Amino acid sequence: MTIWHFLLGHLTWDSLVFVRAWRDPTTSEVIGGCAGGIAVLGAMFLFGLITVLGKWRYLWTEWMTSLDHKKIGIMYIVFAGIMLSRALIEAVLMRTQQAVAINNPGLVAPDHFAQLFSTHGTIMVFFVGMPLLTGLINFAMPLQIGSRDVAFPYMNSISLWLTVGGGIMMMASLVLGQFSTGGWSGYPPYTELAFNDGVGPDYWIWSVSLSSLGALMTGINFAVTVYKFRAPGMRWMRMPLFAWTSICTAVLMIFAMPPLTVATLLLAADRYLGMHFFTNTLGGNMMNFVNLFWLFGHPEVYILILPPFGIYSEVVAAYSSKELYGYTSLVIATTAIAILSFTVWLHHFFTMGQSAGINSFFGIMTMAIGIPTGVKIYDWIWTMFWGEVRFTTPLLFSLAFMITFVIGGMTGIILATPPLDYMMHNTLFLVAHFHNMLIPGMLYGVIAGYYYWFPKAFGFRLSERWGRIAFICWVPGFYLAFMPLYVLGAAGVARRTQELFDPAFRPWLIVALLGAFLLLAGLASLFIQLYVSIKQRHTTQVPVGDPWDARGLEWSMSAPPPEYNFAVLPEVTRRDAFYWQKKSNAAYRPADHYEDITLPKNSMCGVSVGLSMTACFFGLVWHTWWLSVFGFVVALGTVIARSFMRDVNRIIPAAKVAAQDRRWLERVGAAVPIPRQLELTPENEGLADVRND
Amino acid sequence: MSETTEPELRHAGLNLADDARELREHVESDVFGFWVFLMSDAVVFALLFAIYGTMRHATAGGPDAAQEFKFHSAFWETALLLTSSFSYGMVSLLTKHGRGRLWPLALLAVTFCLGAGFLKMEIHDFVTMFHDGATPERSGYLSSFFVLVGMHGFHVFSGLTWIVLMGIQLVVFGPDERTKVNLIRLGLFWHFLDVVWVVIFSVVYLQGLIR
Repeated sequence: MTIWHFLLGHLTWDSLVFVRAWRDPTTSEVIGGCAGGIAVLGAMFLFGLITVLGKWRYLWTEWMTSLDHKKIGIMYIVFAGIMLSRALIEAVLMRTQQAVAINNPGLVAPDHFAQLFSTHGTIMVFFVGMPLLTGLINFAMPLQIGSRDVAFPYMNSISLWLTVGGGIMMMASLVLGQFSTGGWSGYPPYTELAFNDGVGPDYWIWSVSLSSLGALMTGINFAVTVYKFRAPGMRWMRMPLFAWTSICTAVLMIFAMPPLTVATLLLAADRYLGMHFFTNTLGGNMMNFVNLFWLFGHPEVYILILPPFGIYSEVVAAYSSKELYGYTSLVIATTAIAILSFTVWLHHFFTMGQSAGINSFFGIMTMAIGIPTGVKIYDWIWTMFWGEVRFTTPLLFSLAFMITFVIGGMTGIILATPPLDYMMHNTLFLVAHFHNMLIPGMLYGVIAGYYYWFPKAFGFRLSERWGRIAFICWVPGFYLAFMPLYVLGAAGVARRTQELFDPAFRPWLIVALLGAFLLLAGLASLFIQLYVSIKQRHTTQVPVGDPWDARGLEWSMSAPPPEYNFAVLPEVTRRDAFYWQKKSNAAYRPADHYEDITLPKNSMCGVSVGLSMTACFFGLVWHTWWLSVFGFVVALGTVIARSFMRDVNRIIPAAKVAAQDRRWLERVGAAVPIPRQLELTPENEGLADVRND
Repeated sequence: MSETTEPELRHAGLNLADDARELREHVESDVFGFWVFLMSDAVVFALLFAIYGTMRHATAGGPDAAQEFKFHSAFWETALLLTSSFSYGMVSLLTKHGRGRLWPLALLAVTFCLGAGFLKMEIHDFVTMFHDGATPERSGYLSSFFVLVGMHGFHVFSGLTWIVLMGIQLVVFGPDERTKVNLIRLGLFWHFLDVVWVVIFSVVYLQGLIR
């Protein structure tokens, strides 16, 4: 063994994507080289920009080492935005490939195409969907339940940096070696050593493991926060619905992440230690992997979809100027979905050969989930009924969601019927179905929540004009991109196909490609919206903090909120606490007396643990054992060292809290209350006029 | 039961009654969080048991349970681990009654020795099996056996490391608030490993030897 082999493991010159593109300049390799180049140049540009602006210290002290749940939430969302851009571009490339590769090899080689759909799926689920929701919950949920932070701020930071580490590994796979070709679900035996001895499946295993470790800790954190950190009087049935969906998602994470961890670790045991869990020989059984994976995978769907259900509940009530209709039924429906989600995993593999009895049980349970979901849809419709509905961006997305999601639910019923599933299994019909659930169910909700809570986080509103433009791109874009896939799938086109052979499919594929471009334009308009909104922020300031005349406690403090959230912890006497405070003139009152507030000090431990675990796993991918050992030792050492630190909190003196609160109240006093019709005008300073309700 | 004595009973083993309300709530949530973690860890073990169950007959012509397991060593391992749980219980009681740091430290050392003895016997068992050619690469059955029992062994090893760290913290800080909370958590962890071992003993060893 040479010194190079020790230092670099399996990493060689040929692992570099640029070298491969140089030696074999086919279109496919050149596209890969360009992607790698964009990743490297993008990272260099970002580092250079921060250095030139001299912002490293600011970033480090104010953001990266922060244990403030609001900042951690925002960092999650920024990270997810970067990953979303990559995965959406990959989607456009895949649609382009299928549109042109009819009886010709098209742009990308089969192996490259397989990497595209594997990274697209893995990123969208683990590094876009989960971080977006974790970010929004992190930001909003503690504010909603009247807490000063999450239960474990330090663990929150570790979760964030583990997730970011997984994203870094996904990006590294663009440049070094190649990613798995086994899809986001990574089924063995295809991903076993016997068929796949490259680093691809290892990249998948370890980046997903980082994400699942982070998500497990996040789940514990959120669950304990909701259980133990509610403000006095915030009983269960007084919690906002988003807090309810947060706790349900947290519970799902706690129970659904372990199966994924077990699945990936056992696959790793096969690949690294020569064991036989899922191999074709010596007693291995790949069906165990499929069960483990979907035992995680189905609850995961609801991890992604429940929090947006909460967002829709908040948004629809706020912009309909009405109390949420059927609160109790929504709570019951949410918990019912959370429980039922553990009883349906087998519908992902009706065709694997179990008996008809088992298939029909899981088919029926799957259809049963439609009942609580239907209850929710009706509740949202009734909330709008006779309300003073304002068709702003979040409400438009909510409406598009309700209609589109019901269509997706219908096709779900088709797939839940085992005999029909035998026809549709593994076709584009399935691809259309789950995009039909996740794009409206998850992404539209996140956009609505982002628009809704953005003024709270940053103190100014987002551009409504660009929000509407984004809406025009995202909604028709979705229909154009995925409705043709239903047709193609019903006609029998297999999913994950790199080349097609029937020219009759071409028109449908071209329409789908147009839709993909429109979706990309939707993402671009969100970025433009952000840029424009920052430019014109002087005309959209809402320092008082309640721009939408909304109902929950999160609107009861300044925007952006003080780092301790609440100068004095609120006493909650009923649902929609802040709304009724406003109505009874009890809002915006100074407290009788203020107390010292204890907050966690910043800590670099989260960054250290997250990134050194990433180094450890990266070493495992490339068999550079010294790096793995080093990374693990640093991570463990950090955790141990932190346990010896006693001086981890800082005190904000009561006088300072009081002064800050008084300053804000003066600001409130100077603001002009505005009726809802004027909420999009520069007059909106975040103080609602509640006299005419 | 009067209002003032009620908080004493919230956590077996620790006196928290005199502390401020906010601190008590923090301790409560810290311990609750660890319970939640143990729940998810229990899911991990449940799944490994399930995998073991499905691979029970996937011996692929290699050694099976009846050939490889030794009843006496499984028995003594059980005895060691259960006794260590008892001695850890003593650590909790001594901390509760505020008996300084010497006695808890001594009992912590006893717990460590019993746990280390367990681990030594288990490793010896594994090495013997390896010599017989019963390695995890041999069959799916042996893979599932080694990962299930090895996962428990790894947890015991982590617990031992933690015991050492808590011993050091007891010396450095004495029984302060953080140390006490972490002693409660370590206790939960250690007893949890006992529970898992009891299931391993029944499901893996006894069942393997019966057939």
